[in-house]
Amino acid sequence: MPFSWEKRLTPSKFMLLAVPCIALLLSLLFCGVFLLITGRDPVEIYVAMISGALGSTYGLSETIVKAIPLMLCGLGISVAFRMQLWNIGAEGQLYVGALAATWLPLTFPALPAWVMLPLMVCLGMAGGALWAFVPGILRARWQVNEIITTLMLNYIGILWVSYLVYGPWRDPKGLNFPLTAQFPDAAILPFWGTSRIHIGLLLALAIVAFLYVLFNNSRWGYELKVIGSSPKAARYAGMNITRNICLAMLLSGAICGLAGMTEVSGIIGRLQPGLSPGYGYTGIIIAWLGQLNPLAIVIMSFLFGALQVGGYMVQTLGVPAAVASMIQGSILFFVIGAEILTRYRISYTGCKGGRSDRE
Amino acid sequence: MATPFIQMQGIVKRFPGVIANDQVDLTIYPGEIHALLGENGSGKSTLMSVLDGLYQPNAGRIIIDGEEHKFGSPRDAIACGIGMIHQHFKLVEPFTVAENITMGAKNGDFWLSTEKIKQEIIGFGAKYGLHVNPNAYVWQLSVGEKQRVEILRILYQGSRLLIMDEPTAVLTPPETAELFSNLRRMTEQGCAVIFITHKLNEVMELADRVTVLRAGRVTGSMERSQLNPNQLVQLMVGRDLAGRSKPIQTELGPVVLNVDQIEVLNDMGRLGLRALSLSLREGEILGLAGVTGNGQRELAEAICGLRHIEKGSIHLHGEDITNLNPSAILDQGVSYVPEDRLGMGLVPDLTIIENLLLKNYQQPKYSGRWLLHAKAIEENAAALVEKYNVKTPSLHQPVKILSGGNLQRLLLAREIATIPRLMIVVYPARGLDIGATNDIHQLLLDLKANHTAILLISEDLDELVALSDRIGVLFDGRLAGEFPANEVDLDELGLLMAGSGQTNGGEPNAI
Ligand SMILES: Nc1ncnc2c1ncn2[C@@H]1O[C@H](COP(=O)(O)OP(=O)(O)OP(=O)(O)O)[C@@H](O)[C@H]1O
Ligand SMILES: [Mg+2]
Repeated sequence: MPFSWEKRLTPSKFMLLAVPCIALLLSLLFCGVFLLITGRDPVEIYVAMISGALGSTYGLSETIVKAIPLMLCGLGISVAFRMQLWNIGAEGQLYVGALAATWLPLTFPALPAWVMLPLMVCLGMAGGALWAFVPGILRARWQVNEIITTLMLNYIGILWVSYLVYGPWRDPKGLNFPLTAQFPDAAILPFWGTSRIHIGLLLALAIVAFLYVLFNNSRWGYELKVIGSSPKAARYAGMNITRNICLAMLLSGAICGLAGMTEVSGIIGRLQPGLSPGYGYTGIIIAWLGQLNPLAIVIMSFLFGALQVGGYMVQTLGVPAAVASMIQGSILFFVIGAEILTRYRISYTGCKGGRSDRE
Repeated sequence: MATPFIQMQGIVKRFPGVIANDQVDLTIYPGEIHALLGENGSGKSTLMSVLDGLYQPNAGRIIIDGEEHKFGSPRDAIACGIGMIHQHFKLVEPFTVAENITMGAKNGDFWLSTEKIKQEIIGFGAKYGLHVNPNAYVWQLSVGEKQRVEILRILYQGSRLLIMDEPTAVLTPPETAELFSNLRRMTEQGCAVIFITHKLNEVMELADRVTVLRAGRVTGSMERSQLNPNQLVQLMVGRDLAGRSKPIQTELGPVVLNVDQIEVLNDMGRLGLRALSLSLREGEILGLAGVTGNGQRELAEAICGLRHIEKGSIHLHGEDITNLNPSAILDQGVSYVPEDRLGMGLVPDLTIIENLLLKNYQQPKYSGRWLLHAKAIEENAAALVEKYNVKTPSLHQPVKILSGGNLQRLLLAREIATIPRLMIVVYPARGLDIGATNDIHQLLLDLKANHTAILLISEDLDELVALSDRIGVLFDGRLAGEFPANEVDLDELGLLMAGSGQTNGGEPNAI
């Protein structure tokens, strides 16, 4: 073979940028072939998706609406991933955050907005933090694998929400639908004009700024970096690894929990099952694509928001919205595949390669 | 002479900001032992990585048995019979010794007969004096044992050229002698060896030919008959060296460290230290000789709070620090240069600036309650790199690209700069060139003059004798003997290190 792989010592900067783009193109191609096989015109569908998601004020605003929870989940996940803590429980943390935030307007419906909303934000974050803390402490103290515990807690969190809305929290006036009562106006996040874009966007952007400083310029961020990259050296430097694992999980869960709060308070206005179409899982893809960089995560969440909105839009063409999920999944697939390019370089070795004289 | 086995011609290898190899020619004949000499960062490891297929050169040719080859990866080099043992071991820590040795073997049947392989490994080990337990996990091994695994792996692959990057840095004198006789045995069968070293006496003893590099260029190549140490130094450094530093007599102050009958478990869960006691005073250097794996790491880690003390106690300045957490002990002015540089002492993927921050990021000068003071941090890093002569193209490079000697300088710079009250140094000169070794020794002596108490753990008896006030021997987790440095008997030390000549039986022995 005239080509060979050479390992790069430092990941290539150019490739770090190019890989997500290449992966996006490849997955569009891949899904295009699939659409062709099923007898549809991929170009038409892609054009419809893009114009649906970005071509109108409505589409654009919906894209931003979807981007908010995606961004929050991606950001939350990135905190844990930076420490090599594989928190895949964002979905459950989102649900428990929503649940905790819902408790307040259901119990004290008469609170004024300036008390209600900040408290709901705190409760949402606390709920998500608690849900991530359990795997965190198990991992820090007893080396329990956090991938499994966070994943399992997803189901528990989602089922808790179902239990409450089918049982104790069901709206007595709700014709037996599994929904809580509509929130009072004081528990609804302010939004822009007639769109559904709510103030959660600003909260998310504030968290971006916070994480940017945390990762690049803070003492704690430095500890996270050292622990994530070499726990042995961190211990040698006197860092408290147990405490930092717990703290990182708490912060990670709190941000994901906030996503749940903004969904119930900004979009739905009540708690209901299925309140997230898998934001917590898509958040994993976003965090990974954004290489755990807060700014890149912002861009990726708008991209994925657009993808989801575009997916809904093409339903009018008789194409299932699952096309969007298919593209999403294949992007991740190609990114992981293409990531090898950031760590290896392909070099042309001529036909007299060392390989030729083996075997 | 016979026809060359390998010719490297006009090899150029550039990295961003440096030319590591500049038009280097190197010829290797079958059955010769070829020494590669040069200062830290002169490009020795890079040249060998090119020959091993790890790096592709920017220019130049590699000719093997008269035929040009281009290596895309170490696999290609192995196929041509070239095997390399790197300065930093490339073993898979969670795997067993046997698994590491058979990994990538070219006669790799899919189903390996484990029992047969273990027998083979034990057989090889006996033949070359490389004893390791094939069932042990690599993370449980000391550095010295890991090297034995690396050598066994290359032998197992059946290479015709064995490249060893500073192999003797981690060996004791008897082990080195044994390695040398094994290498000779291998060359008698036509196998060639390239070894990199900083020790001239080894070159004089072993090498058939020598090539010297300076700043990426070949400055000379000599046959055995022409060898002359002074000239070698000239070629390496480009000037004559100042004489070896002399220890100064300092007033010994009060006791700083008192270790009383401690027992500690090693990574295998067995007793690593057995009722070990020692004490150390201000301005004193206590040298501990001993073969790697006899409790050195356990002792250092126990003092630093990195390893649980099962029995006994440790006092620092009269205060009990037994089983305190590491940061509490650090705060008492204890600094530690571990043997495992890139695993524990430095974080490979972080930059030079970030690595220099590791021990002092909490100081008010470098951080507030929340934020880091980026400017002060960078200035401090620049000053340290300058003062301790760390050669690097930029402060923002990850430290894993530094040459072995420069890594060591960086680590020592960070640990010494804190002006510790107790300093624990493990193998300080390992991997350093002659000039840098002198520099480091001088730094340690300056620290001593500054009233720091120093626990110097080393295998280099010359170094121990040159620096220490007292010398003890660690064997099997115990202290076996103690001598004032000026009346030390090297033969007796050697015997104690090997575990024989134990005059006081198994009695715990305080010094
Ligand atoms: N991957 C890399 N990227 C950038 N620079 C590198 C890389 N590898 C080595 N260098 C630089 O190339 C030069 C030569 O390094 P090399 O490791 O070959 O030195 P060496 O002769 O082996 O030194 P030592 O005796 O200290 O091990 C050094 O300046 C080093 O910083
Ligand atoms: Mg080297």
